[in-house]
Amino acid sequence: MENQVILNAKQVELTISRLCHQLIENHGDFSESILIGLQPRGINVVTRLKARLEEILGKEVKCGNLDITFYRDDFRRREKPIIPSTTNIDFSIENKKIVLVDDVLFTGRTIRSGMDALLAFGRPQQVELLTMIDRRFKRHLPIQADYVGKTVDTMVSERVSVEWKETEGKDRVLLFNQEDNG
Amino acid sequence: MDNLSVEHLIGIRDLTKADIELIFKTADQFKDVINRPIKKVPSLRDVTIANLFFENSTRTRLSFELAEKRLSADVVNFSASSSSVSKGETLVDTVNNILSMKVDMVVMRHPNPGAAKFLSDRIDAKVVNAGDGTHEHPTQALLDAFTIREKLGTLEGKKVVIVGDILHSRVALSNILCLQKLGAEVMVCGPTTLIPNHIDKLGVKVSHNLRHALEWCDVANMLRIQLERQDIKYFPSLREYSMLFGLNKEILDSLSKEIVVMHPGPINRGVEITSDVADSKQAVILQQVENGVAIRMAVIYLLAGKIERQ
Repeated sequence: MENQVILNAKQVELTISRLCHQLIENHGDFSESILIGLQPRGINVVTRLKARLEEILGKEVKCGNLDITFYRDDFRRREKPIIPSTTNIDFSIENKKIVLVDDVLFTGRTIRSGMDALLAFGRPQQVELLTMIDRRFKRHLPIQADYVGKTVDTMVSERVSVEWKETEGKDRVLLFNQEDNG
Repeated sequence: MDNLSVEHLIGIRDLTKADIELIFKTADQFKDVINRPIKKVPSLRDVTIANLFFENSTRTRLSFELAEKRLSADVVNFSASSSSVSKGETLVDTVNNILSMKVDMVVMRHPNPGAAKFLSDRIDAKVVNAGDGTHEHPTQALLDAFTIREKLGTLEGKKVVIVGDILHSRVALSNILCLQKLGAEVMVCGPTTLIPNHIDKLGVKVSHNLRHALEWCDVANMLRIQLERQDIKYFPSLREYSMLFGLNKEILDSLSKEIVVMHPGPINRGVEITSDVADSKQAVILQQVENGVAIRMAVIYLLAGKIERQ
């Protein structure tokens, strides 16, 4: 089966813009809000959102990276230990509105770990979730996103990949069969 | 490289350079964790670790225990003085009794060289050597190298001198092996009686002159004189030792460059290092202790990933 393009470069740009406007509706000028990207793939989404938000608002938007490796629930259920990426939250999240950002929402387990990891930094006033792609009906946990780029129906054997100009050379979202991808 | 090549941490000798770099990379993240408001992660919720200390220790034991607790492991402690060892039980029997209470990992300090290896060949649990006699003390070497890397950016091409009781020191052997694997040059310095014969076979330089050694190095690691392991007199008096091999502010300030001063603890102030040096800016002794927790968290985390689930 051919890889299916869910979003092309133009659509990715439009989606990012729309998500930014939705964020502004709820968070105003972002003076009390912070975007936090989940390592590794949420970081790219945050970079784009931040750039677009700052363009619209004309001021700096606070962002951070969160690594959730040590908070996962599948440690020792895997072949190898997972090697952590960096966490970069050098500000207080106490009483702030946090938007967790990831590229694909699938089982919800990453987000569960992400919330655990986030709470180790303090007690935010509110936590929301933004995802570029929501693979609906595939959740293992009762977790839903507040902001969704695009909702897709997929099979478990399929894989969704969000690609970026900075890392893969092209902005696009692909759907492919695991078997095709070896 | 995303997994250790070893099943136990017995000594630095068994580790590859990639293993050490993996431990450092993981420790970087744990160092970040222990500086958060909540210093604990839930990774090892389902792991039980026994700390078996057949020899006295404050720092290492505390450091291991904190590392284990910050990974959310369950911890049991055991010290030889208050145990059945004094009633004549063998090491394997003692440990097997503890393991039958479902312990997944053993951290052991023992006065006999090779005790950790001996144990790892005979039991199911993962073994971390926290010092076996005069053999190795791998986590100390790792945290020393980690501290140097943090301070100087890299180990590659750096010159490290280890001063003091090399003969009785497990820290010295582990340090030599670790530093060399990471590309550093090593010199040992001390009285002839405390430098083992043929140590140059390990590829280290030997000096009996402290000033000469300090002028050569970027980092000086000052070891304690291990009086408890010395069954005969190796030098006339502590006073003479400290005059010839003790690091004081006067020598330190007269050097042509600023060197990093390390000490694995416990310090005998006024013997191998004077108080003003131990408390000076060039000393990274307390950073070593802080890094010790991060390094031990990394080692335990990586080994725990290899525990087979029932």
